Amino acid sequence: MASYGMNQLKNGLKLLIDSEPHVVVDLDFVKPGKGQAFTRARVRNLLTGRVTEKTYKASDSVEGADVVDTSMQYLYSDGTEWYFMNPESYEQIGADQAAMGGAELWILEQDVCNVTLWNGQPIQVTPPNFVELTVTRTDPGVRGDTSSGGNKPATLETGAVVKVPLFIQTGEKLRIDTRTGEYVSRAKE
Amino acid sequence: MSRIADAPTRAVPWRPSASRATLELRAELLARTRSFFAGRGVLEVETPQLCAATVPDVHLHSVGVRLAAFDRPLFLQTSPELAMKRLLAAGSGPIYQIARAFRDGEIGRRHNPEFTLVEWYRPGLDDHRLMDEVEALLTDLLPAALRAQPAQRWRYRELFRDRLDVDPLGDPLQRLREVAGPTAPPGLERDDLLAFLLTHRIEPGFPHDRLLFVHDFPASQAALARLAPDAEGDQVGRRFEVWAGGLELANGYWELGDPVEQRARFERDLRERKNRGLDAVPIDERLLAALETGFPDCAGVALGFDRVVMLAAGAQHIGEVLAFSIDHA
Repeated sequence: MASYGMNQLKNGLKLLIDSEPHVVVDLDFVKPGKGQAFTRARVRNLLTGRVTEKTYKASDSVEGADVVDTSMQYLYSDGTEWYFMNPESYEQIGADQAAMGGAELWILEQDVCNVTLWNGQPIQVTPPNFVELTVTRTDPGVRGDTSSGGNKPATLETGAVVKVPLFIQTGEKLRIDTRTGEYVSRAKE
Repeated sequence: MSRIADAPTRAVPWRPSASRATLELRAELLARTRSFFAGRGVLEVETPQLCAATVPDVHLHSVGVRLAAFDRPLFLQTSPELAMKRLLAAGSGPIYQIARAFRDGEIGRRHNPEFTLVEWYRPGLDDHRLMDEVEALLTDLLPAALRAQPAQRWRYRELFRDRLDVDPLGDPLQRLREVAGPTAPPGLERDDLLAFLLTHRIEPGFPHDRLLFVHDFPASQAALARLAPDAEGDQVGRRFEVWAGGLELANGYWELGDPVEQRARFERDLRERKNRGLDAVPIDERLLAALETGFPDCAGVALGFDRVVMLAAGAQHIGEVLAFSIDHA
């Protein structure tokens, strides 16, 4: 993998730091009136999500990480791994719970997800921003005060529980924003 | 599905990086700067940005230029100091310049590779009297909130003792490394480690309601300043820097006038460039020849004008005070 000089660093660049893949989220150049210049980088660990700060000398270089994002189709889960297929090569690959990071709450078989691969192995699965899922269980709406915008929990077919307005009934299909885990609207048929 | 890529016209980002209001403020501050120096009888000069020589400082990267019509390589100047000192040696008297300067590799929130310096030289003044004048100019240029309290002056050594409980001149390297902590880049030499401590451990705690001067730098960081013993008898470089609102604004010197010492420092820098694998640069023989004929006792300072505008405008990024920052140029 290529290594990068300080002048080549950019936000979004994937780096191998302490043997783990990181993405650059912020950069700054720091220099005293005379003397050594430093590059201060905020980097997010792609395995743990933790953001840390790293300081480099102007003459330092950093190893790049072989990290690529791929669109893959979700096939099935055996309970410990979730299997995805590359729609072009038909190659199949299993992601573990850590890589799923909660994505399993939002996806149905056939859904296309973004799978981040590090050295060919999945480290992060991102579901589509919006999904449509059917309510399998929710209490009947409480009559009366609907103007206050009250809500109630509803269980979806994937097992996820979301807050929905009181008028939503079991069996309805809902549009959900997976980034916030919030109800958006009834799905349009 | 590729309608975006095939779009016949793509928006070219041509607009300025500064607002019209900021450009007006910038012009106002330039006018006030000129009026300040006119009132004190300091002559405005302009010296070449393309010169045959440049400073060999290992931490400054000049931009080299080749002209079809000229047989030697030229350098865009990292500051106008070399040429201005030749004017001083020729008897110019007090002079100032509002100059574009160029430094490769310096891009960030507070750095643009092409930027503006206000640089001036005052025969007969030492570093402390020049600090007085810097304070007077900044009082004319900066918002009142940034100078609500009287300015402070710290000896470099006292500042490190006060903030980090470490003596930058006397303590062993190992002690400095401990204070720098595990997030410092490994393998820093003494001066680089001190630069790290100043920029990462001290500067973030500087007050935002007053000017803060730091003077009497370690002799190894004297650059083009003369050396003198400090109150404790150790040699220090008679240099100063000034901060306002958390930004380092200016770097001043009680100037070195000795041509022999000047040549020795240039040659030491050139050896260090070689050690670090950097390109050699030509020594400024014209400056050395000028110093040999005699150089007035004087102090000089370079003030980052764009940062002054940033503070006046409340800008977070230098691009906001430049008509077109490097990525818009």
